[in-house]
Amino acid sequence: MAEAKTEPAATRNAYGDALVELGELHEEVVALDADLSVSTQSAKFGKRFPERFFNCGAAEANMMSMACGLAATGKIPYASTFAIFAAGRAYDQVRLGIAHNELPVRIGASHGGVSLGEDGASHQMIEDIALMRAMPRMQVVVPADYNQAYRATLESFEKEAPMYLRFGRPATPKVYEEIPETLGGGVDVVREGKDITLIATGHMVWRALEAAETLEGEDGVEAEVLNVSIIKPIHSEPVLESISKTGVAVTAEEHRVVGGLADAVRQVAAEQHPVPIYAVGMGDEFGLSGTGEACMEHFGLTARGITDRAREALVLKPIVSRAPLFGPDWA
Amino acid sequence: MPSANLARVTHLRPVPDPKPSQPNGEAADRQTSVAELERWATALRIDCVSMLAVAKSGHLDSSLSSADIVAALYYRVLRHDPQNPDWPERDRFVLCKGHAAPIQYAALAHTGYFPREDLMGLRQIGAHLQGHPDMHRTPGVEVSTGSLGQGLSMCLGICLALRLDSLDDTAHVFGILSDGDCQEGQTWEAAAAAPHFGIDNVTAIVDYNHLQTDGTTEQVMDTGDVRAKFEAFGWDAVEIDGHDMEAIVGALERSRNLERPAAIVCQTKKGKGVSSMEGRFGFHGKPPSPELAAEALAELETRLEQQREAIDG
Repeated sequence: MAEAKTEPAATRNAYGDALVELGELHEEVVALDADLSVSTQSAKFGKRFPERFFNCGAAEANMMSMACGLAATGKIPYASTFAIFAAGRAYDQVRLGIAHNELPVRIGASHGGVSLGEDGASHQMIEDIALMRAMPRMQVVVPADYNQAYRATLESFEKEAPMYLRFGRPATPKVYEEIPETLGGGVDVVREGKDITLIATGHMVWRALEAAETLEGEDGVEAEVLNVSIIKPIHSEPVLESISKTGVAVTAEEHRVVGGLADAVRQVAAEQHPVPIYAVGMGDEFGLSGTGEACMEHFGLTARGITDRAREALVLKPIVSRAPLFGPDWA
Repeated sequence: MPSANLARVTHLRPVPDPKPSQPNGEAADRQTSVAELERWATALRIDCVSMLAVAKSGHLDSSLSSADIVAALYYRVLRHDPQNPDWPERDRFVLCKGHAAPIQYAALAHTGYFPREDLMGLRQIGAHLQGHPDMHRTPGVEVSTGSLGQGLSMCLGICLALRLDSLDDTAHVFGILSDGDCQEGQTWEAAAAAPHFGIDNVTAIVDYNHLQTDGTTEQVMDTGDVRAKFEAFGWDAVEIDGHDMEAIVGALERSRNLERPAAIVCQTKKGKGVSSMEGRFGFHGKPPSPELAAEALAELETRLEQQREAIDG
């Protein structure tokens, strides 16, 4: 077991480190990559277990279908590349060979979102969560920091179904002090509050915590912060519990607001406890080049962005949260 | 499981059971002869016609072009045990051209993976025989296929897993590819990967029937000299007549003992065995009309009878 990180660290590094541990624990674990093993960190596994590591070159479709063949023959493959190629280029291979076949393949998709920065729109995957949520039988996991990503990778071995794990490029401040015991249901209350719920995933969780600080300091608002690390299947109880307490929520994700965390949360709320839910995320737009942090700022994927949305939501809260004008007796 | 509704289809006569020697298992010490394999190919074709006539859906001509190869595999070349489909040391068969599922289903049923009456449930709701092979629904299917181009890569994944389990010296992986598979770029990603990973227990069998949905391959997207392409990628590549049973068996058995991945390009005729369909465009993905099915069955049953007489004397 690795040491918990206290300094900022990238979630992709946790994937690489945990993969080596999995390799030591389980002989059936194999890893594949598509010429990005240094970036995705699967190279660590490759160095330690060369006979169980298959670098497929820049041929992601072949890699995903090979992972299918390996899993159908008793192995537990971890296939990694950038999220753009894992979910985009190889969608059909993942769909038929892995999800439809219900094979225990784990897709380690690194460099998700716009925070990969300089490479720009061609590499910034902002719709992978939507694609993978829509795919039957696929689980979608987006850890918040190194420590949680380490646990997510280790724990993925135990799961039966195929899994899409999204990791990021930049070093990210810690959310968890220790490597957590488990991801549990995938929704953690990382800060308690009563006025508004901030529901975040991945790189947006530490930003949501920062936003909660600001809201407390400047507005006297007590924000509750939820970290959703398992977006599919989403664990609805803690979400419902929080929004029924606060009555209003803001979601935050480094992803399109369509099909991602916002939609997952809104779906739960709309069916069981409708409250206003504002979303921070990417609109109908592609990313662009810049440093990772500059890209995040450009699209408002910041603590400030979350704070602003929260303030808008809070203005509306007394209006939309009050009893309906036409009560139950109205007919 | 819906029961076979063949009886409702009045123009179809019951399919005669060729009753040959047991293909595998106890009687496996005697190899199925070329004449017997040819007879099996006819029997499998008869089942395909019946299945498609009942299902009123599916790819008949694509199934018929692979029939001789599939018969050679299931009745002679593959080391498999229908009573124990998960036997770890078995050879693997992947129908990369998943749309030819009926021919694999016929072979699986005849060799004992499931009852023959299941065949008439093809493509029907609640039945296990899906339009394209499904590994979780049908015994004997190794991986689900149906999206062209993926099958050969799946074969390579199986080969690598067998190597890690030290089974690659005995267990061989055979895949049948279509013209469409050879048009998909992924097949050539796999073609590059196999020699790179030093895989020598895979055989890619190309059912090169030159016809696809929109026309001939030459018109739609010429796949050219597929054998030379595989050779250029570092494979041992041969080209044979895909309806010459002796050549098929020879090439398949030879491919087991090579130190390179093997490609066997089989020149075939789509719809082979049914004169009115053979090599003709316009049947892809279309079920036979009742008239065509009756005509096809009459022709195939006559051939089956002749083949039976030739063998039994």
